[in-house]
Amino acid sequence: MNVKQELDCRGMNCPLPILKTKKAIDALGAGDVLKVTATDPGSCNDMDAWSRRTGNPIVDKSEGNGEYVFFIQKG
Amino acid sequence: MAAQKKFMMITSKGTLDWAYPPFILGSTAAALDMETSIFFTFYGLNLLLKDLNMKATPTANPAMPMKMPFGPKWFQGINWPIPNLVINNVPFFDNFVTLLLKKTFKNHGVASIPELRDICVEAGVKMIACQMTMDVFGYTKDDFIDGIEFAGAATALEIGSSSDMQFFI
Repeated sequence: MNVKQELDCRGMNCPLPILKTKKAIDALGAGDVLKVTATDPGSCNDMDAWSRRTGNPIVDKSEGNGEYVFFIQKG
Repeated sequence: MAAQKKFMMITSKGTLDWAYPPFILGSTAAALDMETSIFFTFYGLNLLLKDLNMKATPTANPAMPMKMPFGPKWFQGINWPIPNLVINNVPFFDNFVTLLLKKTFKNHGVASIPELRDICVEAGVKMIACQMTMDVFGYTKDDFIDGIEFAGAATALEIGSSSDMQFFI
């Protein structure tokens, strides 16, 4: 996977991870992958909802040590 | 991508705690590619002032938890039973509560109201100040941030009637 950019949302709470993700993805080109690291447990469901609404698929995600990692491809 | 949705809110409250819902939902709706409008009426006009000076008060908010934003975790978890006699009579108690609330939100990584409002402006959320309440409360257009519109009930209802979601806050 070609990660074009990484975004650190650790320590941020709702709705900042979503807002920062949106801003970052807007600056990328179609097909680019954004890696987002968050600590907000709510961001798990929220990122899914955001992805469905905006058409930017989450191609991979993982969880561990209280961190949630999302790989989002710009649609 | 799902079809674009339209979302509108009427926000009528001007305390610090009630400033969060419209700006959180507004900024997030814009991030979800929704066409978003907020109509600010009555005390909600406070949220559009250049000089944001909102406070929170437990008066008439009996469910507001009274917690301390510092010290060890067990200490922060205590919900202090502060009698109404104190809440309603100690001078500047609201300032104290406002300070605690701001600190607590910050500790939990929540964006501040000015930050969230800036994001709404930047994301193109349409913000409309209620002209009638503006006149009644003696505000002028110069009191408010740039880039907003001024209109009345018919405009709010027209936007609402063509929106997929309508909230009253």
